[in-house]
Amino acid sequence: MQVLTRSIPLLITGLAGLVMILSAFFPYTSDWGKIAGNFFNIIAAFAFVLGGGNLLKIHLKKVSDQSEGWGYSGVILVCFITTLVVGLGKLGAYPNPDFPNVRLSGETQSSGGFWWAYEYVFKPLTATMFSMLAFYVASAAFRAFRAKNFEAILLLGTAFIILLGRTFAGVLVTGFISPDGPLGGLRLEELSVYVMQVFNTAGNRAIMIGISLGIASTSLKILLGIDRSFLGSGD
Amino acid sequence: MNATSEPMTGSQRAIWAVVVLVIVALVIVRSMIGTGMGRVYVEQEDMAFVQLAASVDDASESVSEPKWVRTNSEQGKTYLDRNPDANVIGWMEYTQVDPKAYFVQEAASANASTASTTTAAAGPGPIMLSWPRTIGLWVAAFFTLAIFSFLYRDNPFYKFAESVVVGVSAGYWMVIGFWDVIVPNLIQRLNPWFSQQFFTPGMELPATMADYWPNLYYLIPLILGLMLIMRLVPKCGWFSLWPLAFIVGTMAGLRMVGYIEGDFLSQIKASIIPLYEEGSVTTTPFRTVWSTIWASLANILIVIGVLATLVYFFFSIEHKGVVGGTARVGIWYLMITFGAAFGFTVMGRIALLAARIEFLFDDWLWLIDPNEQRTIVESAVGLLM
Repeated sequence: MQVLTRSIPLLITGLAGLVMILSAFFPYTSDWGKIAGNFFNIIAAFAFVLGGGNLLKIHLKKVSDQSEGWGYSGVILVCFITTLVVGLGKLGAYPNPDFPNVRLSGETQSSGGFWWAYEYVFKPLTATMFSMLAFYVASAAFRAFRAKNFEAILLLGTAFIILLGRTFAGVLVTGFISPDGPLGGLRLEELSVYVMQVFNTAGNRAIMIGISLGIASTSLKILLGIDRSFLGSGD
Repeated sequence: MNATSEPMTGSQRAIWAVVVLVIVALVIVRSMIGTGMGRVYVEQEDMAFVQLAASVDDASESVSEPKWVRTNSEQGKTYLDRNPDANVIGWMEYTQVDPKAYFVQEAASANASTASTTTAAAGPGPIMLSWPRTIGLWVAAFFTLAIFSFLYRDNPFYKFAESVVVGVSAGYWMVIGFWDVIVPNLIQRLNPWFSQQFFTPGMELPATMADYWPNLYYLIPLILGLMLIMRLVPKCGWFSLWPLAFIVGTMAGLRMVGYIEGDFLSQIKASIIPLYEEGSVTTTPFRTVWSTIWASLANILIVIGVLATLVYFFFSIEHKGVVGGTARVGIWYLMITFGAAFGFTVMGRIALLAARIEFLFDDWLWLIDPNEQRTIVESAVGLLM
C-alpha cells in the first residue's frame, strides 16, 4: 500500500514536473509540455465535478438529517442542479448559425437559460458581495489605521494620495498649484501617478522577485520529493 | 454593521417587516409613475435557415457539402422558390434594446399617418417587452438588496441569496469546465465522430486511423480524472493521490520555470536602468532641466527601492548597522506599496459598489439615466409625430 499511496504519487509528481521543465529547455520536448498542460486542464475540470459531488453529498445529508438550516441546503441543491441541467443541456441557447441543425452547437454563455442564470443571478450576486467589501475595508481602516509611527504614516499617507489623486476632490484640493510650474508635480493627481510609477513599482518588483524565488524553491522541494505534505498526513 | 447570527427578537422582526413593506410600497408607487420602471425591451429577429442539398459541379467534378443558408438571403430565397419542400429550421432571436427605442416605436405607431417612418424606426423586427429578461432584472434587484441587507445583520434574505450564489456558482463552473475543457480537449480527441455530430459540427475528423491513434494518449487524463472523483468514495480515497500528484507536479514544473523566466529575470532586467535620463518635456530650458531631474530621480529611487526592499527580505544576515538601515528604507518602500495597494483595493470596491447602485437606480428603478437609455430626443419624436 505504501507503494501505491507514496512511491507512485511521488514518481508521478517528479515525472510531470520534469516534463514541464524539459519542455522549456528543449524544442523537441515543447509539445510534451503542451500535452501535459492539456492533461492538467482536463484533470482540473474533473476537480469541478469532484467539488460538485462533494457539495451534493454534504447538502443532501443536511437535508435528509433535517439539521439546522437544512432549508438553505435545499436552496443550494435546487440552484446547483438547475444550473447544471440548464447549462449542460444548453436549454434555450441558440444553435450555431452555420450548423442550425445541431442543437448543442451554439455558445453556452451568449443566450438561453445558462446566460440568464449568469446575467441575472450569478453576476449581480457576486458583484454585490465584492462591492460590500468597500464597507468592511473602510470600517477596518477606520479601526486599525493609526498614525503611530513613521511607517504607519507612510502607509496611510500613500493610501490617501492614491484615493484622492484619482477623484475630483483630489484635483480640487491641490488645484491652486499651477500644473506648468516647478511644483506642478505636487498636485495630488500627479503625485499619485509618481507614487505608482516609482515607489510602488520598486516595492512590487522586490516582492515579485521574492515570490518567484520562493515558488522556485518550493517547486524544487516538491519535485525532489522533499516536501510531501500534499500527499496527506504522515510525511 | 452587526453581522451576528443571534436569533432576532420580536421587535426586530417587526422592524424588518415594516422596512420590507415600505420598500415594496415605494416600488409599487414608483412603477406607476411616468413610464414605469424595471422593464427590458428586445428586438425580435426571425432566424430561419434552409438546407441546400449536395450538388455536383460538372466542370471540376467536385461534390459540394450540403450547407445551411439564411432563408432571407438571395441564395436561400432562390433555393426555396425552386424547392418548397426543402428542409427549413428556424427560431426567434432577441436582442436587447434601450427602452427609448420602444418608446419611439410606440409613439410612431400611435400615429398611423407616419407608417413609413415607423418601419424605418423599428429596425429588423418589432420591439417588445421581454418577460424573461424583465423577470431577470427584478430577480437581480432582489438579490442585490438581499446581499446588501447583511450590512445591517445576518437575516433570512441574505442567507437565501448566499445559498443561491453557492449553488449557482458550483453549477456554473462545472458547466464551463464541461463545455470549455472536457468537450474540446477530451471528447473531441477520444471520440471525434460523436463530438462532430452533437457538439462541434465544424471540427475536422481524423483522415485515417493513424491520425487518430495519438489521441488515445488522452485516456490518461480521463482515467486520472475518474480517479480524482473516487475521492468521494471513502474506501477508494487514495486513488485521488495519483491525479493530485500529477496536478502538483505539473504546476510545480510550470510555475518554477514560469516564475523564474517571467518574474525573477524580467524584474531584474527591468530594474537595470540608466540613473541619468533626459526628460521628455523640452518646451523651455528650465522645463527641460526640471524634467530631466524628475526622470533621473525616478530611476534612482526605483533602483534604491528594489535593492533596499530585497535587503529587507534577506533574513540570513541580522538587520543591524548598514544592513539594518537599508532594510528600514526597504520597509518604507513596502509601506508605500501596501498603502497604494490598499488605496486601489478600496477604489475598486467602491467602483463595484457604484456599479451596483447604478444598476438599482438606473436599470431597475429608472430614476437616473446617465447613458440616456430612456431619454427620447425631442426632435426625433417631433419628426415621427
